[in-house]
This record gives sequence, C-alpha cells and structure tokens, in this order.
Amino acid sequence: MRDAQTEVTRALLQPPRTPALLMFVALVLVPLAARFGAESFILSVFTRTIIFAIAALSLDLILGYGALVSFGHAAFMGIGSYAVGILATHGVDEILLQMLVAMLAAIVFAVATSAVSLRASGVYYIMSTLAFGQMLYFFAVSLSAYGGDDGLTLSGRSRLLGTHILANDRAFYYVALALLAGFYLLAQRITASRFGRVLRGIRENPVRMRAIGFEPFRYQLTACALAGAVCAISGVLLANLAEFVSPAYMTWQRSGELLAMVILGGMGTLWGAILGAIAFLLLEEVLSGLTEQWRLILGPILILVALGGRGGLAGLYARLRRRTGGGAP
Amino acid sequence: MSSPLLAVDSLRKSFGTLVVSDDVSLTIEPGELHALIGPNGAGKTTLIHQLSGTLTSDHGRIVFDGGDITSLSLAQRVRLGLARSFQITSILPDFTVLENVAVAAQARAGSSFRFFAPVGDEAALNESAHGALARVGLSERSAVRAGSLAHGEKRLLELAIALATAPRLLLLDEPLAGLGQEESKAAIALLRRLKSEVTIVLVEHDMDAVFDLADRISVLVNGRVIATGTPREIRGSAHVRAAYLGDEVPL
Repeated sequence: MRDAQTEVTRALLQPPRTPALLMFVALVLVPLAARFGAESFILSVFTRTIIFAIAALSLDLILGYGALVSFGHAAFMGIGSYAVGILATHGVDEILLQMLVAMLAAIVFAVATSAVSLRASGVYYIMSTLAFGQMLYFFAVSLSAYGGDDGLTLSGRSRLLGTHILANDRAFYYVALALLAGFYLLAQRITASRFGRVLRGIRENPVRMRAIGFEPFRYQLTACALAGAVCAISGVLLANLAEFVSPAYMTWQRSGELLAMVILGGMGTLWGAILGAIAFLLLEEVLSGLTEQWRLILGPILILVALGGRGGLAGLYARLRRRTGGGAP
Repeated sequence: MSSPLLAVDSLRKSFGTLVVSDDVSLTIEPGELHALIGPNGAGKTTLIHQLSGTLTSDHGRIVFDGGDITSLSLAQRVRLGLARSFQITSILPDFTVLENVAVAAQARAGSSFRFFAPVGDEAALNESAHGALARVGLSERSAVRAGSLAHGEKRLLELAIALATAPRLLLLDEPLAGLGQEESKAAIALLRRLKSEVTIVLVEHDMDAVFDLADRISVLVNGRVIATGTPREIRGSAHVRAAYLGDEVPL
C-alpha cells in the first residue's frame, strides 16, 4: 500500500516524457508527410495548430498550475497580432523586434489587468478577465487607422534577421515548432522551479501558503505576466501565418476555445495543453469537412471529456498507463 | 523577568454586534508554553487568528519581540518567526509530505522568484524538511501524497510545516483535535519535547494535556481574559470555576 502510494506520487511529480517526445517527433515529421498530400493546405493547418498550442501552453501555466481561470487569454494573441500589424504598417518588419514589442505590451497589459482581476476570486476573477479581454477587443475595433472592424491585411510575412525565410511555409512551420518546443521546455523548468512550486502551492491552498510566509498575489501576478508574454508570441505567429490581423483574434469565444483546448488535453501537464490544441483543431478541421453542423458533434465530445475524463486526454493516458503497468509493480 | 516575546494590549474584534475579543491583554514570555482555555465560543480561535494575522483586529496592539506587528499580514508575521497551525487541517493535498514541508523551508531561505533550477534538487531545503519530519515522527511517510495521509498524520504534518518556518513563537490551534487515544499520547509527548525548543501558545480542549504541559494558562470567557496563572493557580481559582465550569459552589 505504502509503495503503491509512493509510485503514484512519483507519477504525479515526474512529467511523462514519452508521450510529449512522441508528439514532438510526429510534429517534426508533419512537413515530410505533407508532401504526399495537399502540401500547403496541410502545412497551414498544422502551423495554425502549433500556434494555438503555444497559446494553450501559456494558458496552462496559469490555469493548470495557478488555478486561474482566465476568460480573456485571447487578448494576448490579439496583442501579438497587432504588434505585427501596427509595426509593419510603419515599416518595422523584423520579427524579433515585433516579438519583443509584443511581449513587452503583453506584460504591461497582463500586469495592469491582473493587478485588478487578482483582487477578485472565483467567478469574479473569471468575469473581470472576460471584461478586460472584451475591452481590448473593442479597443481594436475602434482602431480605424489600423483597419478597425475589418482588420488589417499585411503585405507579407515578417523578416527574420533581415531574411525572407519565413515566406517559405515549411521554414515558417519549423520556426513555429521550434518556438513551441522551446516554450514547452521553458515551462517545464518554470513549473519545477522554486517559483513553480509556490504557484502550485497557491493553487492547492492559498491560506496554507500565506501561513508559511508567501503572499499569493505577487506570484500569481508574475505568472500572468509570463503567460501573457508567451501567448503574445503565438499572436505574432498567427498574424504572420494569415498575413492578416483582425479584432476577431481576441474575441471571448476565442478565449473560450483556448480554455477548451487546455481542459480537453488535461490541465497542469503542459504536454496535455499541446495535445488538446492539436485534438481540438484537428477535430474541428475534420468535422467541419463532414458537415456544416460540426459544432453539434464537437460539443458532445467536449462534454464527454469534461464529465468522464478528469484530467482530459493526459489524464486518460495516465490512467491507462497505471492500469497496464499496475500488474507488475 | 525578561521582556516578553509577545505582548498583546487591549485587542478587540467584533463581527457585527457580536464582540469576540473584548479588550484582551496578554504577555507571552520567551520559552513558556502558554495555554488558552475557555468554553466553546469564548474566542480562542479568533484570538489565534488575530495574533497570527489571519484576521485584522479592530483595536489594540500586538508587539512581537519588541516590534509592533499589529498591521502586518499573516505572511509577514510568519517571516518574522510567528507560525501557526490550524484547527481544521490545512495542508497541500497534492504535494508529497516532503514537499509540504520543503516549501515552508523555502519561504525562509532566499527568494522564490527563481524560475529555472529544479527546486526538488535543492538539498538544503530537503534536508531541513527531513529534519522537521523527523522531529514529528513522519520521516517514513515523506514520499507519500499528503492528501492520502491518515487524519492523525496530517496533524503531525501540519506541525512539521510550522516547524520548518523556523518559528520563535508557535501558535497551535487544537493540535490534538480528532486524534485517537494513542495518537494523542504521542502528540502530547511531542509537544513536551517541542516546548523546550520553541515558545508555544496552545489552544486545546484536552484539559489533562493542558494542565500537564502548560507553564501558564489564560482563561478566556466571552472574549475576555478572566484569569492568567500557573496551572495550580488556575485549578485553585474559584473565579475560574464559577465562570468556566459553571460551578456555583466550588468548595
């Protein structure tokens, strides 16, 4: 009994490396497989998937590790996209510079809004993140100099260190994938660090954390800023993929989809968020090809996962592994 | 006598019209185990909340080791060395037992705004956590998920967490609550060992334990301290009997 408990604890603490590794290997192989099909279509679907995986991963940092249910996370995708659109309009098309500006703007927005939102808790926190997200959405709609409601068409993709390499779809795909992998490793380090432990502790029991000397607010605020900065990068990529920037990138429906991706994949596992984004977008792609009423099919699937699969797809994997490995302890 | 470790002066707290702490003044001397007793609803837990900073007081002053801490938060007071345990067990259920204690040690050991190095590998934190677990007798359970501990073990874990913050004053709110007879005996033995190492304020309903362990006892009734003294003085006080035990004719 005691050993079994120890085993469970180990499984809880050690992130499963195998499924994450397999997932990344599969993603590396996607462009090669795409050659045998409608290459540019497949690449664009998977690039989009990876971009959303970055956004979902960043949301998992605060949702899965901080229990902060943000209903305004798409705002950061919007900030990243508009950083590209606005800078490109003024002739700044170096993506590294655009990313820097996007991250700084995201951090400023995250700190300013979270400083208010974090004063509230539970459903009031959700509500205030929703409100801030919508404020930014309507602000973007009002930016008539940058397309307003209609959005802003870019003249092309950004340059990377002065080159036009991102115009190549395959290169762009691998840049996005490299960023996802980098952020995944970074997030793994963060969640296992001193900071990550405090954040997880606050998720478990904020009063207990106060009673050993931690003020939750400072750590939650920092987590929101980090998550916002990472999510802004996904916005920079999304603008480049579509060569188009629109307020639609930051609607509250989009924030809801990001939540659904993380919950579908499994909160608080990082790789689950990535898997959730892949599953969500591929389901959407496949189902919308079958019928116009694809939401009627996607809805019940999400409900099934929410009801039956505590821990989402990652939780399902953990349970399966425990069951198959349970016979030989 | 040397200057007190904790001096409480006319502390008051009310919820609406209900006065829960009514002009409470107390001193806790360094090294003593000071028990707070009183009937249910006397305001013992509220007083612990006020001393620890869980609740802010309406009026009064709290001085800890010569410094005014009245306006400090719970977290700030812990960092000064004033730790508490909770009447209702408060742990991090999804953490291992070791991690529950290590994170408390972490709070005392440098900044937690460190984002890259794996905290699980920090030997100093793990060692002090193992040390605290050994003091309460939970060493064997260090790798277990805290939520799956038995109730008595959780109470011990809660003590280990408080100890890991390196407290100079420990506020214990009914540490024996819900323990079986054997567990209770072990916990009392543990408290006896601890009282030689750290100053303790103990709220407890087990009178045998209180009179056995305490150097001094304060009796709280309806939010007021009606008596403070040694166990012998308290036991002999007709005033206390009348107010607390409802014993009209004590002799």
